[in-house]
Amino acid sequence: MSDWTLIIYCGLITFLTRFSMIALLKKEMFNDRIREVLSYVPSAIFPAIIFPAIFLDNTGSIQIEDNPKILGAFIAMIVGILTRNIIATIFSGLASYWFLIFVV
Amino acid sequence: MNSNFKIFLKGIIDVSPLMIPVVPFGLIYGILAIDVGLSPLVAMGMSLIVFGGASQIILLQLFSGGASSLVIISSVGAINSRHLLYGAVVSEHVSDLKLVWKIIISYFLIDQAFAISNKYFKKNNNKNKYLHLVGGGFTCWVVWQTTSFLGIILGSAIPEKLGLSFAVPLTFLAILVNDFRKIINVIVILVSGLVAMFGYNYIPYKAYVIVAAFAGLVTALILTKMIKKQ
Repeated sequence: MSDWTLIIYCGLITFLTRFSMIALLKKEMFNDRIREVLSYVPSAIFPAIIFPAIFLDNTGSIQIEDNPKILGAFIAMIVGILTRNIIATIFSGLASYWFLIFVV
Repeated sequence: MNSNFKIFLKGIIDVSPLMIPVVPFGLIYGILAIDVGLSPLVAMGMSLIVFGGASQIILLQLFSGGASSLVIISSVGAINSRHLLYGAVVSEHVSDLKLVWKIIISYFLIDQAFAISNKYFKKNNNKNKYLHLVGGGFTCWVVWQTTSFLGIILGSAIPEKLGLSFAVPLTFLAILVNDFRKIINVIVILVSGLVAMFGYNYIPYKAYVIVAAFAGLVTALILTKMIKKQ
């Protein structure tokens, strides 16, 4: 599949998840129970990107020791919990990561 | 001033504070796209066609990891399943609109625009309130395209040593900050994360995103049911 075909398919599926409910929904199709479970989708899916990106090295093996990303992510998480500020969370994580790889 | 334009403008103003984190996210997307070897034209085309930050980043990561097209497309679908909820919530407010407006609104229905217009829809009952979502979505669109473009240009100039790819997990971590205080969310986060981390090398076809998300949702299903029984 060429890059463009792949992008068009991904664009289509993104559009269709947004459009399908707007175009087809009859109110009774979504009860409160389904709404409740769908509200957990972000918590269920984003960690699948976060954890491998932090804990795995370039070869895909788990790296716990000597891994500045773990401390960087931990600091970002604490800042995030305390401030609830997205920018502060991202930059505190990056700053502590850079401090660990360039200064320490 | 025309009252329709006022609603559109209100959408732009309401969504603006939420645009601040989109700026680094768009830049990171552009930089990363060049980093994994996409041509600038393809990278920009993806922002225009897909128009979804999380979808585009996961597409890049799986693409650079050598996943098959089918796995990439279904992972993008899994990431987007949260939009089913947004569509379901918005649909009752836009059910009388013409098809062309439903298509435009669907293209613009991203996290930030949904968050602010959902609040507005609950408080206002004007026939043209959908223009609020169009205003918010349009603003996100302009910011996303501009910052992707800047990132693509900067992409070749930023040294790899900076480790900017670490900004990707940080950005997703930041999206979840409000969930760290809720116990069910924390358990779901841990289940999904650990399944992805330990399954990365063992789950075939790089389908770890789908498997981990599924495990997380099943956990949410069980936990919410258990809490209700008590």
